[in-house]
Amino acid sequence: MRVHPPFLEMKKNNPLPPRRRFSLRAQDARTAWLLLIPSLLVILGVTLWPIIYTFILSFFMAPTGLHQVRTFVGLGNYLAMIKDQTFWETIGRTMYFTVVSVGLEMVGGMAIAQLIHSHPWGWKLLRFSLIIPWAVPTIVNGAMWRWIYNADFGALNGLLMQLGLIKHYVPWLTLPYLAMPLVILADVWHMLPFVALILQAALAGLPLELDEAAAVDGANAFQRFWKIRLPLLHPAILVALVARTVDAFRVFDIVYIITNAGPANKTLTITYLTYLNSFPWGKQGIGAALSFLISIFTISMALIFIRFLYHPEETQ
Amino acid sequence: MRTLYKIALLVMVAIMVVSCGTKPTTPATQQIATAAPATAAPATAAPATAAPVKPVTIHVLTMDQAGLKPAEIDQIVKDFEAQNPDIKVNMEYLGYDYVHDKITTGMAAKPPAYDAAMVDVIWPDEFIKANYLLDVTDRVTPDMKTNMFPASWNGVTRNGKVYGMPWLMDVKYFMYNKDILQKAGISAPPKTWEELVDQAKIIKQKGLAEYPIIWSWNQKEGVVCDFTVLLFGNGGAFLDANGKPAFNNAQGVQVLTWMKQTLDNKLSNPSSVSSDEGAVETDFLAGKSAFAVNWLFQYSDSNDATKSQIVGQAAFAPMPVFAAGAAASIKGSSVDGSSSFAIMATTPYPDQTWKFLTYLSSNAVQIKNSAEMLPVWQNDFQGDAMKTLLAASPTNLVTVPAFQAQFPFANERPTVAYYNEASAALQLAIQEALTGVKTPQAALDEAAATWVTLAAK
Repeated sequence: MRVHPPFLEMKKNNPLPPRRRFSLRAQDARTAWLLLIPSLLVILGVTLWPIIYTFILSFFMAPTGLHQVRTFVGLGNYLAMIKDQTFWETIGRTMYFTVVSVGLEMVGGMAIAQLIHSHPWGWKLLRFSLIIPWAVPTIVNGAMWRWIYNADFGALNGLLMQLGLIKHYVPWLTLPYLAMPLVILADVWHMLPFVALILQAALAGLPLELDEAAAVDGANAFQRFWKIRLPLLHPAILVALVARTVDAFRVFDIVYIITNAGPANKTLTITYLTYLNSFPWGKQGIGAALSFLISIFTISMALIFIRFLYHPEETQ
Repeated sequence: MRTLYKIALLVMVAIMVVSCGTKPTTPATQQIATAAPATAAPATAAPATAAPVKPVTIHVLTMDQAGLKPAEIDQIVKDFEAQNPDIKVNMEYLGYDYVHDKITTGMAAKPPAYDAAMVDVIWPDEFIKANYLLDVTDRVTPDMKTNMFPASWNGVTRNGKVYGMPWLMDVKYFMYNKDILQKAGISAPPKTWEELVDQAKIIKQKGLAEYPIIWSWNQKEGVVCDFTVLLFGNGGAFLDANGKPAFNNAQGVQVLTWMKQTLDNKLSNPSSVSSDEGAVETDFLAGKSAFAVNWLFQYSDSNDATKSQIVGQAAFAPMPVFAAGAAASIKGSSVDGSSSFAIMATTPYPDQTWKFLTYLSSNAVQIKNSAEMLPVWQNDFQGDAMKTLLAASPTNLVTVPAFQAQFPFANERPTVAYYNEASAALQLAIQEALTGVKTPQAALDEAAATWVTLAAK
């Protein structure tokens, strides 16, 4: 004979009112959903819907304007871009910007993080001052560097002239081979502190015992960094690397302010090309397709980094 | 639970109501149809003791670069509002480079952000195709049509329909520094571009300017404007009689080659390749250049001691042409940089907006503000009205003759809906040639091919 627990017996004898059809857990879930609906609507409206709309738009020839006829072109916009030489040149240029700027930021950021971690004299001031370039809005940063690079009135020419390193002012931003490195320098100055602060915070959280034990065993500073700290820093490096790579690949504002994609398109990046198609040229379908191609590139890069750098078992 | 559902439902409805906004969205075209009988309705339709009408607010976008400064336009708005208490005007100012994109994004908003906007002479075809602009043909009075410069109407008229109110008549001017020329022993400014090179060499040799000439040749519209000036001054043109690109013919290639040579000879400031019109002004006003090509605003700024180190030294001369152009009877060359104000087709207030635009471009307002921007009214340049114009500002004694000498030679850039993309191709070609990436011929050929492709789409 099956024995029912006492509370089931009670339930049997005192059935719930007919209106109460849901369990407490289900009621809680329903209440939670109701409370979440306003936020979800907002999120749906401002993030998800534009993404879906842009994705749909990418399959149409969609000129800017009111009451415009949109023609379905299937993958036509994507194929047009993939066949376009300018697109691949721009991708190459953007990759160059991304690899060099993120590379410098990671190496420089690690060096500064190590410096702060060793607590030299004035390290707190150094850590505080790191925030300043990062806190400057990108547009302001771009305007500042544009003036620094100005051929006739810029600080860079003034400094080099004072040091006797140049005899004539150099028109930096007119030199096709130098324009992109100069934009990269402005970006590195702006974003290196972000990487340094992430890595410094991660370094501060590492157990000292491992480092000390390795030192007792005779490991030198480089060996301790390479064999102990660096593996333990993998999660923080991954975060900085993914965040910066995705951000750098979408670079737009600093290019817009400093060079306007010139000289001769030598600083034209993929997001800038997207902007040109979407707004000044009124080709929203192409702009939407480019946006999704950018997403594919950035997600691919993020996945590659995660695949090669994310090994949670190593940091246990 | 039902109460909770009701609350959630109310929140959702509230969000939807707020997100829909409160601005009326009746398109101007519909309002014209419905408003006309209302305005023509007899007085009996409205009670004698009607409550004061709540003023309507119109939103107007314009540039903060050439023409009047924001403070001057704000004063005009203030005067207009005092005379028209039923209309409030909300002005928005942006740098020229941002106005086009702001219009397109503003028109995509629901409801559209602007009732009127400044429209550069190169944008009407694109905006008409995009259905942004209201046809105002029937609103233009015979007085406006007759007395404003025909060229100003050409900028906003397509297929016999008028899409805006002329606002700013501007061309590129050739300006020089009198003191530098005097110190160099040069008695008169150049009449040809070849003479300019000779004079620049003298100025450079005497150490009066390291780079005597400054241009706006960065990768923006300014470089196309300067190329237009030079191309037409060499007897060239953008398009041939069949509408095919012609700027890559011998005249165009000669011009681009000449531009590159002035950089290579260090007569043109190498920073020209990264300079826009603002940077040209900064350089010229610092006394670093002897010659500059720029819009009218540079002249009034040159006499502003807070901005200029060359107060009283700037002077106009007719834009030079190439010797070959002069031999072909070309008397002058410049580029049209006019702009107008257009009513957005979606405005619920076309009548109020038109009232404001007619006030903005009215004869009295334009004469009063003529120190920064010469009137679009051609009758102001004739007879007794001319005396009034010259007396309106000391600057006008210089700018009015300069305008009269240069304006008749203003050349138009192509009026096509895909102008922005075509211009971008030409900007790239010019920059590629100037930076030595390609030869002038190869670069212009590539741009011409792009123009053909764009025209075929």
